Amino acid sequence: MIGSRAATAADVVDTAGMNYLASLPRRLVTVYLPLVVFLIVLLFPFYWMVTTSVKPDAELLDVKSNPFWVVHPTFAHFRHLLFETQYPRWLWNTLLVSVVATFLSLSCSVLAAYSIERLRFRGSRYVGMAIFLAYLVPPSILFIPLADVVFQLGLFDTRLALILIYPTFLIPFCTWLLMGYFKTIPFELEECALIDGATRLQILTRIVLPLAVPGLISAGIFAFTLSWNEFIYALTFISSSEVKTAPVAVVTELVSGDVYQWGALMAGALLGSLPVAILYSFFVEYYVSGLTGAVKE
Amino acid sequence: MTAGATTAGGPARTGRAGRLNRALDNRNLLGLLFMLPAAALLLVFLTYPLGLGIWLGFTDTRIGRGGHWVGLANYLYLAGDAVARLSVFNTIVYTVVASTFKFALGLWLALLLNEKLPFKSILRAIVLLPFIVPTALSAIAFWWIYDAQFSVISWMLVRLGWIHQYIDFLGDPWLARMSTIIANIWRGVPFVAICLLAGLQTISPSYYEAASLDGASSWQKFRYVTMPLLTPIIAVVMTFSVLFTFTDFQLIYVLTRGGPANATHLMATLSFQRAIPGGALGEGAALAVAMIPFLLAAILFSYFGLQRRAWQQGADS
Repeated sequence: MIGSRAATAADVVDTAGMNYLASLPRRLVTVYLPLVVFLIVLLFPFYWMVTTSVKPDAELLDVKSNPFWVVHPTFAHFRHLLFETQYPRWLWNTLLVSVVATFLSLSCSVLAAYSIERLRFRGSRYVGMAIFLAYLVPPSILFIPLADVVFQLGLFDTRLALILIYPTFLIPFCTWLLMGYFKTIPFELEECALIDGATRLQILTRIVLPLAVPGLISAGIFAFTLSWNEFIYALTFISSSEVKTAPVAVVTELVSGDVYQWGALMAGALLGSLPVAILYSFFVEYYVSGLTGAVKE
Repeated sequence: MTAGATTAGGPARTGRAGRLNRALDNRNLLGLLFMLPAAALLLVFLTYPLGLGIWLGFTDTRIGRGGHWVGLANYLYLAGDAVARLSVFNTIVYTVVASTFKFALGLWLALLLNEKLPFKSILRAIVLLPFIVPTALSAIAFWWIYDAQFSVISWMLVRLGWIHQYIDFLGDPWLARMSTIIANIWRGVPFVAICLLAGLQTISPSYYEAASLDGASSWQKFRYVTMPLLTPIIAVVMTFSVLFTFTDFQLIYVLTRGGPANATHLMATLSFQRAIPGGALGEGAALAVAMIPFLLAAILFSYFGLQRRAWQQGADS
């Protein structure tokens, strides 16, 4: 009885800014405990990837031993992956495609976003809406007809096909994000520059872009991770091992035969995830603002 | 621009450049010029394929062979095809269950992260990790976690004495459905949580202080302050979440390839199966196009449904 009354009293003062009044045991149960459970579940697959990738095969297939620990860690799986398969090449393909597609999309998006948001040409509002709708078209609907287009253009089984097609989901996203950033730059700056005789291109490169650098970084990081993670197009349009991207190659090239080499698979998954994870860790704030900015607009 | 022009053609070039400059001052012309690269790429690789896909759905095109108009034959065939019907059922179950859990868990996680915490920004960065690594690669980790012989979950449950034989997570139809859905939730919760957290951070603490003074309980504050203010962003986030879930491909492709006995085929994976390895581009395209009405319905429902509720609540307060 007394306990429940105390709980209601705590409820009343439990607000942001008045948090310090909530008792520690209560916060342990309502905040820290669930948070720890969330973190464990969210991070467990990564822990599992890491331990599996450094486990010798004998330990992997030993049902008796404790699977959570590695007794004799080994880099044999990584060595196999890097020197006996085409893994380095797949990573290079992914990097090449992602970087070029990102730059291509960013340049197109900067021009498009500036044009829609700042030049306000006739019909620009409808073009903005169309760009947003384009973002909602999922790759799962497009890959079959795109396979036809790619084939007819003679781009089948080339990295150029991916470089040209990734912008279809990158441009709508980047343009939408950059439109939000351009909106915050005061018109007066541009008007001053116009009076001083600057051309529109000069205004874009000397005034608008330097002010929109955070937006450019957000869009760039986001576009890079999206292209790095892309799967269905890369699976459909590429068939030769030498031009595959890492996510597709790990799934299609390393999974062969009846006996799965779990160690090598996990090492491949880990190495393929690391570049985006590292990039992300350096630019978390930009990434989050890109993610939430695109949703909030 | 032509200050360095000292050749005989100097004046003429200045004139032409001047005309060009004046033409470029016209915002309509310049606007179209700036739109050109983006528009060209999107028209060739997005709008045209979208139309082509709809057209292919009405033909019997196969890989390497042009097709003929067959009317609704593909759709009629798919409507009578048990596997295609199962894939529609699976897609709906997958989307509804996964989205519901993603929303509930994501909102919970967002509320937890919105508390005053030490190392908050690091926590937020860690939470988003499942969302940024390639899905195909994290799915491989799940594949190993769900392995019939070496699953770590089975190992733990056996050690605890709860079960006596290893669970075949991806071998039984309903278990396989649930396992893939859990993997999908694992990947989607961070996205929902981080977006909702951004929404929560825009709510001014003074609302909660005012509610506290009025004697509102925690639940009442959540129900009458947090939810109404958060509803617009929930609408957008869940629209995206439903869209991604409904058209999911990678996770199923890596974990089960649609098996066991087509029990986990989604419309996207089945259309891939029929069109690319199977070669029936027309049939695959028809199945992909069949997703569009479902998608539109889902988007309209989650967007306008939630949006209107927000508007009503805003209107009567």
